[in-house]
Amino acid sequence: MSRISKTFKKLKNSGKKALIPYIMAGDPSLHDTKKLVLELEEAGADMIELGVPFTDPLADGPAIQRAHERALSQNVTLRKVLPLVEEIRKDTNIPLILMTYYNPVFKYGIEAFVKEAARAGVDGVIVPDLIPDEAGDFISIAKKHKLDTIFLLAPTSTGDRIKKVAKASAGFIYYVSITGITGATLTVDETMKSTLEKLKKATKKPVAVGFGISKPEEAKLVADLADGIIIGSAIVRLIAEGKDIKGFVKAIKEAI
Amino acid sequence: MKKILKKLPDSKGHFNGYGGRFVPETLMPALHELEKAYKNYIKDKNFIEELSMLQKTYIGRPTALYFAKRLTEHLGGAKIYLKREDLCHTGAHKINNAIAQALLAKKMDKTRIIAETGAGQHGVATATGASLVGLECEIYMGSEDIRRQALNVFRMRLLGAKVTEVNIGSRTLKDAINEALRDWTTNVRYTHYVLGTAFGPHPYPQMVRDFQSVIGKEARQQILKAEGKLPDCLIACVGGGSNSIGLFYAFLNDNIKMTGVEAGGLGIESGKHAARFAGGSLGVFQGCKSYLLQDDDGNVLGTHSVSAGLDYASVGPEHCYLRDLKKIEYTYATDDEALKAFELLSRTEGIIPALESAHAIAEAVKVAPAMSKESIIIVNLSGRGDKDVQEVARIKGIGL
Repeated sequence: MSRISKTFKKLKNSGKKALIPYIMAGDPSLHDTKKLVLELEEAGADMIELGVPFTDPLADGPAIQRAHERALSQNVTLRKVLPLVEEIRKDTNIPLILMTYYNPVFKYGIEAFVKEAARAGVDGVIVPDLIPDEAGDFISIAKKHKLDTIFLLAPTSTGDRIKKVAKASAGFIYYVSITGITGATLTVDETMKSTLEKLKKATKKPVAVGFGISKPEEAKLVADLADGIIIGSAIVRLIAEGKDIKGFVKAIKEAI
Repeated sequence: MKKILKKLPDSKGHFNGYGGRFVPETLMPALHELEKAYKNYIKDKNFIEELSMLQKTYIGRPTALYFAKRLTEHLGGAKIYLKREDLCHTGAHKINNAIAQALLAKKMDKTRIIAETGAGQHGVATATGASLVGLECEIYMGSEDIRRQALNVFRMRLLGAKVTEVNIGSRTLKDAINEALRDWTTNVRYTHYVLGTAFGPHPYPQMVRDFQSVIGKEARQQILKAEGKLPDCLIACVGGGSNSIGLFYAFLNDNIKMTGVEAGGLGIESGKHAARFAGGSLGVFQGCKSYLLQDDDGNVLGTHSVSAGLDYASVGPEHCYLRDLKKIEYTYATDDEALKAFELLSRTEGIIPALESAHAIAEAVKVAPAMSKESIIIVNLSGRGDKDVQEVARIKGIGL
């Protein structure tokens, strides 16, 4: 069982929900990223999602787009993120999930990437512009190297898509809470409730919800419907402003 | 030797490994819906009649195939014919696709269309389509392109479209596409994205090709009528690749030379160009797998071309496939060569070409002299150059 699955199981047994913060690797520097991961863990994060900088992050809103630009200006790329993970892994056992667009992985070579990511201590990968239909090789290679492939579902997803994404996902399924990009305004509505219900019927795999969660009240509402929540833009914004993230993460953790 | 090409793309949008769908999951239902609607309406008698009537009475089709006598004499070799897409309503081939997609959006009960634009021609064409069929319209354009193409920005606004400046990344076409995709992801339920070239996720490369293939269908009939034989060579510029595939498609089973001309910018060695085949490698970008200008880390490189419409880091996936088959050859023309061709055509024929199309003219200038006087070249004159006059004056240091 993967580190991600174990964490979800443990939380479930104690009636808790997973808190998964997102930060951009290399924002503001690689050194800070390691420090931030350890701080987030201390504040109550159950897993960490690490963004890999890319020039054209088309699923991201302005807050995370700027983070991509800041990290790229530090010359941080996938090649530097993998050794960073190795470095972080020396000090913590927390599940680490990479969120990377597909082209950096494709250019690296799928097999080489999966092997080295697994070796460095990455537990799962989210690729927002890769759908299961195009991910045949990626899924089978990742399975071989015990790297979880986490695919996304959206409020627009139909029954067919739900089945396909549930089948292709390992570790958990990422439910995108809104029809939109990261950091947009969240609405907890009937569509979210009914899609999550459909999803729960289609699979026993854990479901984490992300995109648009920025306040403890929202976190609570969403956590009640799922197995975990992902918070990105709100944290990335605090980092950009040089503000305290520990207090924020603690407040979220308490709320859920 | 006749070779019948396999009918591609396949059901997943693959052209022998190129193309496909690399988009956020949120867009998948919309792409399925679009594919279904497109495949349905392309066979629908009423839709075909409506589109064909608009092509005739609104766009001004068929466009002329013009024998460029003075240019031919000047170059002293092959006979050069120009397919006059510059005479289309709004001044470029872009309208062929934009009107068809606007019509399709209306049939799909969408209330709003959005588009990206580089040179502004596709933005103007989409704004025109929106106004023609009665849809709300928003156009995304990089701030660098807004500066270069101020005239087209004003035209779009006159046509009732909202023009939104994109101020991130390289501030050109690719960033406008990112922003349009973000908008589409957010407003997908009532919005159709009118992608302007034979690129992006399936079904766009196929659909845009089919809507542009009217160019080659007409040209083939016209040249047979004028000369009683097929041409020896076709030339078109390649940005995303819609005007070129539009011209070439009807000739793919003929044994003739076809050349796609990319933007060589300041030269390949300079790194400041948009020649994806000469300087790029296989990648996945903005919805499909194709040749891409990227660095070793898979980040997308900035591009340069004097022509905003060719200034793009990737190229339509079907072009990669046809290049592998050696059906089409790809070359490039530099900024300087394009600017010279821009002036040459203006002076010899009284036709001011778009800077994009000037790249195709530049290739004709290179190859025509060595060809026999009986041989025939068709150059796709994809757009007119009024939009570029100000930028050319600026480059020449002339104040207007």
